[in-house]
Amino acid sequence: MKNTLIALVEDKPGVLTRVASLFRRRNYNIESLTVGHTERDGISRMTIVVDSTHTDAEKVVQNLYKLVNVIQVEDITEQPVVARDLALIKVRTEGGSTRSEVMQLVDTFRARVVDVGVDSVMVEATGTEDKIDGLAEVLKPYGILEMVRTGRVAMARGGAGSRE
Amino acid sequence: MKRTGAEIVWEMLEHEGVEVVFGIPGGAIMHTYHPRKNYDVRHILMRHEQCAAHAADGYARVSGKVGVAMATSGPGATNLVTGIATAMTDSSPIVYITGQVASPVLGTDAFQEVDITGITLPITKHNYLVADVSELAEVIHEAFYIARSGRPGPVLIDIPKDVQIAATNFTLPEKEIDLPGYRPVGAGDPALVQKAADLINGAQRPVILAGRGVQMSGAADALRAFAERTETPVAYTLLGKGGFPESHPLALAMMGMHGEVFANRAIQEADLILAFGMRFSDRVTGNLKRYAPNARKVHVDMDAAELNKIVQVDVPIHGDLRQVLEQLLPLVNETQHPAWLAQIDEWRAQNRRRDIINRPENGHLAAPHFINEIWEATRGDAILVTDVGQHQMWAAQYYPLDRPQRIVTSGGQGTMGFGLPAAIGAQVAQPDAEVWAILGDGGFQMTLHDLATIVQEKLPVRIALSNNGYLGMVRQWQEFFYGKNYEATPLINPDFVQLVEAYGIRAWRATNRREAREAIAEAHVHNGPAFIEFQVAQEGDEANVYPMVPTGAALHEMIERPLIELEKLEA
Ligand SMILES: Cc1ncc(C[n+]2csc(CCOP(=O)(O)OP(=O)(O)O)c2C)c(N)n1
Ligand SMILES: [Mg+2]
Repeated sequence: MKNTLIALVEDKPGVLTRVASLFRRRNYNIESLTVGHTERDGISRMTIVVDSTHTDAEKVVQNLYKLVNVIQVEDITEQPVVARDLALIKVRTEGGSTRSEVMQLVDTFRARVVDVGVDSVMVEATGTEDKIDGLAEVLKPYGILEMVRTGRVAMARGGAGSRE
Repeated sequence: MKRTGAEIVWEMLEHEGVEVVFGIPGGAIMHTYHPRKNYDVRHILMRHEQCAAHAADGYARVSGKVGVAMATSGPGATNLVTGIATAMTDSSPIVYITGQVASPVLGTDAFQEVDITGITLPITKHNYLVADVSELAEVIHEAFYIARSGRPGPVLIDIPKDVQIAATNFTLPEKEIDLPGYRPVGAGDPALVQKAADLINGAQRPVILAGRGVQMSGAADALRAFAERTETPVAYTLLGKGGFPESHPLALAMMGMHGEVFANRAIQEADLILAFGMRFSDRVTGNLKRYAPNARKVHVDMDAAELNKIVQVDVPIHGDLRQVLEQLLPLVNETQHPAWLAQIDEWRAQNRRRDIINRPENGHLAAPHFINEIWEATRGDAILVTDVGQHQMWAAQYYPLDRPQRIVTSGGQGTMGFGLPAAIGAQVAQPDAEVWAILGDGGFQMTLHDLATIVQEKLPVRIALSNNGYLGMVRQWQEFFYGKNYEATPLINPDFVQLVEAYGIRAWRATNRREAREAIAEAHVHNGPAFIEFQVAQEGDEANVYPMVPTGAALHEMIERPLIELEKLEA
């Protein structure tokens, strides 16, 4: 089980450390944590994926609220959401035929090639984690030289903005 | 008006109503010390920063106000750490002000640089590294607000030297504090309060568990009204002592590992537990799987993260206890529970037979006896400060308190060395009160250097040293659970009377009950600080704290003081 939490936090020095320190000292299992700016000045948004088999997501929420710089936390697991992970994957391509095979696969996954080297290509993929796991799986036989993933970012569907 | 950062510190401390700061100066904070004398804030020079932190804590616990400690960067700041952790676990409102190396050299491993905001991040409610003098006043204002509001706690402000030196236009912060992510809770959810009231109205065997939250939310009167209206007996945690008058007929006793059997049994047999401002620490629950198995549970706490943390409850109420009790009062019926109270009284009577205090004089001195004598001499009206160990548990058992904010002891951390400096803070908070610090020979030697502070500041602290020649609490565990292997617990001690006299403090020694009574009588009326060394039983039945819930046992499965000896005496 995984729970997705959205935390709006004040954009102040050390806030990420506070959140990370909380997870460590309370012994929480966190799958991923992404942080970035929002539509509002001075407020950052964290998407936190909790391994809720081992960690009670409700406790994570309550403890996040204890941090003075955390403004709002919402567990959106049960809500209709759009969730995306972004990955950059560098794949080995030796000889022309491999390259075109890789490019075909990339197409099928609606990903795209963003850089071509002599014996490698770089693929950019956005989508759910499952989709990216799938892409990585089929690319593996060619040799994945390097991969980076942002971790999940998520937003609830529909009209309302993040409440306050 | 133009003010330097250093001056702003004192302006703001005055503004926050701070009477006293406990601290030690050094390179990175001396600029702040320099203008102190122009302000109406007293400074008490301690002999170790750990003691400054504990003294501020003792001050806070007794006064209900925010305590303040000050230290220099590097080792000065790290010496505070034990005191900060102690305050964090026991929810004490403290503000620490530390000097830091100048901003331009931050991060370069400059002399006495240490990342104290990093180090204290997990043991403070919040902390600040001040980047610019223009934000200093606001930060201090915020820090005091955070420290004392909601679930109180420690807040540290780290001020680089250049920020202390820089000047800016200073005006007292006027606007309301705006912390979008910090909203202390008030009343409880009415629907949940009603649910709790329904459980209370249907209960046959209810018990209240009163924690420190009772005192922190000023709920002592409300609790009493509630307990009397519903005729519910009250057990308390160590830090909850005094939140409900211990002489009250509905008062049970301290609960938990060294709680009284009848209090623990009442909890185990209860059909309703009302946990008020306590956090189900492992010291009070015993084996969780078999904790209060027949009871529905209501838990009221300021801190939502405490609800369902350890014990799953039927009604978790996130709220300020005083307000929740005021919500509850009109909803609960006036009730009597004669059968339940009679049952508890029966258990209580069994307890009396084992109580060491009822043993006839045998020439020995056991710690409970001298603590009881202190209670008699002070009529239970002293401020009770303790260190950590056996003497702490005995102080809790044998010095009942009838008023809130009269117990100063390190509960959640069990910090040895806390007692002496905390007594300094307590005495400063209440100069006219009689402060008794009950210490062990082990813990006393962790912070005894601050005897000098007592003398320098002319504080009439009374110190009762329970000298059992051991790290007694550990020795007791070794006796019970490690085959009497007294590894690293015997203490070869100095002549404590001579030692204390060398500081200029009047000192007595007592080795039996009569000497104890006489020494206490003299110390009680002595004009100035006083110290009594009580040479108490080192081993055997009189040297152990009873009753005791061993690790892993359920709360009612207690090791009790053997009856055999008493029966022998009676025969
Ligand atoms: C700073 C610290 N170190 C170690 C301990 C572990 N500890 C708990 S009680 C105790 C013995 C205390 O001995 P003493 O001060 O003589 O008190 P007594 O139990 O003999 O009354 C020790 C070592 C502690 N609580 N705190
Ligand atoms: Mg001892």
